[in-house]
Order: sequence, then C-alpha cells, then structure tokens
Amino acid sequence: MLRRHIFSLTASALLALALPGATAAQDQFIVVQSTTSTQNSGLFEQILPLFQDQTDIEVRVVAVGTGQAIKNAMNGDGDVLFVHAKAAEEAFVAEGHGVERFDVMYNDFVIVGPPSDPAGVAGTRDVVAALTKIAEVQAPFASRGDDSGTHKAELRLWKEVGIDAQAASGGWYRETGSGMGATLNTGAGMGAYILTDRATWIAYGNKGDYQIVVEGDPKMFNQYGIILVNPEKHPTVKAEAGQAFIDWVLSEAGQQAIADYMIEGKQLFFPNAGG
Amino acid sequence: MPSFLDILTEALGLILSWERALSEIVILSLRVTLTAVVISCVLGLPLGAMVGAFRFPGRGLLTVILNALMGLPPVVVGLMVYLTLSASGPMGALQLLYTPAAMIIAQTILVTPIVAALTKQVVEDLHGEYAEQFASFGLTARDRIAALLWDARYSLLTVALAGFGRAVAEVGAVLIVGGNINHVTRMMTTTIALETSKGNLELALALGLLLLGIAVIVNASVMALRASAVRATYA
Repeated sequence: MLRRHIFSLTASALLALALPGATAAQDQFIVVQSTTSTQNSGLFEQILPLFQDQTDIEVRVVAVGTGQAIKNAMNGDGDVLFVHAKAAEEAFVAEGHGVERFDVMYNDFVIVGPPSDPAGVAGTRDVVAALTKIAEVQAPFASRGDDSGTHKAELRLWKEVGIDAQAASGGWYRETGSGMGATLNTGAGMGAYILTDRATWIAYGNKGDYQIVVEGDPKMFNQYGIILVNPEKHPTVKAEAGQAFIDWVLSEAGQQAIADYMIEGKQLFFPNAGG
Repeated sequence: MPSFLDILTEALGLILSWERALSEIVILSLRVTLTAVVISCVLGLPLGAMVGAFRFPGRGLLTVILNALMGLPPVVVGLMVYLTLSASGPMGALQLLYTPAAMIIAQTILVTPIVAALTKQVVEDLHGEYAEQFASFGLTARDRIAALLWDARYSLLTVALAGFGRAVAEVGAVLIVGGNINHVTRMMTTTIALETSKGNLELALALGLLLLGIAVIVNASVMALRASAVRATYA
C-alpha cells in the first residue's frame, strides 16, 4: 500500500511541522500596549533588551494607534499602557482602568511637505499660521484619521486654527485611517502635507524629496506617558512585572537608555520622568 | 521614489543579509498557517463531503452559507476572535490572545469554509457517479464519506492548497489577534505591513518575494507528491 504510506507520511510530516513546538518557556512576560510611533522609530528594539537582560521579564509590545491601545488596555489585554495622548491617558486612569500615569519622555511633532511647498509654509515656526495657509490654498493635507495620539494632536491644532478641516475630508483634507508610516507613504504619494512625530520621521526610510517644513512651535510638544493597567479591574494583569518595567523606564538607567537612542546622530526621544 | 528595478535588486540583497531574524518569522508563518490548514481540513473535509453526498433539509441554505463564508473579510474574523479571546471576552480566561494559538484559530475560521465549500463541490460530482454502487453495497453513511474522500484525494489536495493560499497571504486577522509581537507573533505578512509602514519598501518587497517563493515551494512539493502518488497507483 505505497499510496497509503505516502499519504500518512505527508500527514505526519505536516503535523510535525505544524504542531506548536514547546516554546522556550520564558520565565515571565508582560504585554505592553503601545503606539506605532515608538515601534516604527525603533526605540523598543533599543531599550527592551537592556531591561530584559536585567530582569528576565520578556516585554511583548503590541503597537497600534493610541486610541486602539487604550481600548485594548481597557479590555484588560495588556499589563502596561505606553502612549502619547495625555488627556485620554488621564481619563483612562480617572475611570479606574489604570493605576497611575507617569511622564516618560517627549519629542515633538513636525509638519513635512513636498519641496514644491504649494502653501508656501516652509520655514514657518508658527504651526497655527502654517495650517491656516494650507487650508486657505487648499493644499492637500494627509491626516492619520485613526484616533491615534498624533491624530488627536492634529485635531487639537485644527481647533486652534478655527477651521473644520474634517468638513473638507475627501477634498484637500485626506484621512488615511492608518498608522504613521502608512500615512507618510500615502501622503507623500499625493504630495500632501503631513503632521508626524519627529521620531517616526527621522527613522522613516522612504522620505524621497520630502522635508520638514514646520517645526519648533511649543504647541507641537509631544508627551509620552506610561500607566500600569489596574489589576483590581483586570485580575489577569501582571502587576508586579508590569510595575517592574515601569519602574525601570522611569529609573535613571531607563531614562538614559531612551536618551541614548539615536538615528544618524539625532536623538529621537527626550526623557523627562519625574518632571 | 526609487524605481521598481532598484527596489528589486536591493530586495534580493536584503533577503540574503537578513536571514537569522527572517528564519524565525518564516518558521512561525509556516507553523501557524499549516496548522490552521490541517485543522481546517479535519473539520472541512468531512463537513463538505456530507453536504455534497447527502440530501437533507436545509442543505441548500448550508451550501449558500458555506459559499458566502469563503468571502469572510480577515479583519472581521480578527475582530471576532479578538473579542472572544480578550481578557474581558467570554474566553479570556484561556489567555490565548497575542499568541500563535490565537492566530491559528483565526486562520482556521477563515480557511474551513473554503475547504468545506470546495470539498462539497468535488464530492457532489463524484457522488453522482458512485451513488448506485453505494446503494448496492449497502454502505453506511460513514463508509460512503470515507470512500468519497479517499477517491477524491487528488482533487482535495488542490482544495487544501487553496486554503493554504488564503491563510498564508492573510494579514488582517493575524495582525489583530497576534499583535505582531516581535519574536512571538510576527509573521511574514505582518512583517511586510510593518516594514511598509516604516517606509522600508525594499525590505517589505523582499519579504513579499520570499513569501511568494515559499508559496511556490509548498505548492510544488504537494504537486510533486501528488504526481508520485498517482504514478504509484497506476504503475
């Protein structure tokens, strides 16, 4: 019965390949709900090994938009929340989902645009003035449109400008509904201005002839915070390991590791815990 | 914007230079996808064969449902599985979210209807030829299903490959339930999505080519196996 033999052989080969091998049992791991900007910039790859070496706690990062990260954490699907939307984070703690919020680090947002600069905003420092001009000439502007920290910051800026940009959605104002990098890809493809965090921009590999056109306005400050998901609300939360990670991030060693992360000689994040 | 050819040349170089991190990702992809396909076959083959071979009330409706489920959007499946496995979901206590097991569950849900619906078609055609013989031998339902599946095995290999194709190329579901966690749930497709969003288009394309290559190898192996089995049968 050669044919039977061949088939059972195939089946067992497939099974052998497919069955979950005994995964090297890590002593402990925590899940950190974080944002695309921290992952896309490469920060975690730099700092997590340092923490893991010290503590044997494996850190598993789920990188999604801040809005989704907060929702996931509210469902108890994560031990630590590490995002950048201070108001939403404080609401998260106030509603009892998180234990306490700590400042970790900051960087800033910048507006990048095409070299043709259709709105003539290059070199502007005043972000409100720049956005006003972009809206006036109806130059294409690509928005994240995904309820992320960057998206919330952008909406806040439009509010200050006093223009309902979303009313022009589909026209010159375009919501990509995706992460920072994806929005940069899409926005650059249509010659649009894009608000991005500086870290993602520096690390981004497909800049083409795009460059920073607006930077340096204090309104574009971007603060990151870290919160332990409340174990009283979600019993599956690994409070001890999660707290150990938070303690380390806020410690001198953790803060130094963040400061040390550079791409092409440029520091991406500026630690400011305890500030 | 670099030209497609530039990207292609760079892509090939990257595949060669990135092998260690890559092998982990490739192995996980194959493990998850093949497990899902095997489970889908275990569920979908008998189900499809039953619907194909027997007449029963609601058969038409079941066929329509199976066919419709072939078009399930992966993101929707991902969301359903996420809500089920979430710590605040009904099966949260299992703590399967953000593990390979969660990705296997999601892909199984995607692939089973494909296997079942295509098996139904294959078996239905075959059953038309065999029905009288079955009746004259007085075979039980179970034996009939077994005989039909066995005799249709070569066509069913293609069915399994169709399921594999769906699972291996899928990104929406595994991204949501796996979380694309480095060294834990990072697969080929989620890496491609990640590298694209980092603007590393060359690397993303390189991975895409590799994925294509792996799909070709899997398909070629199954077809070679089939050919040798056919030869053995008729030798």
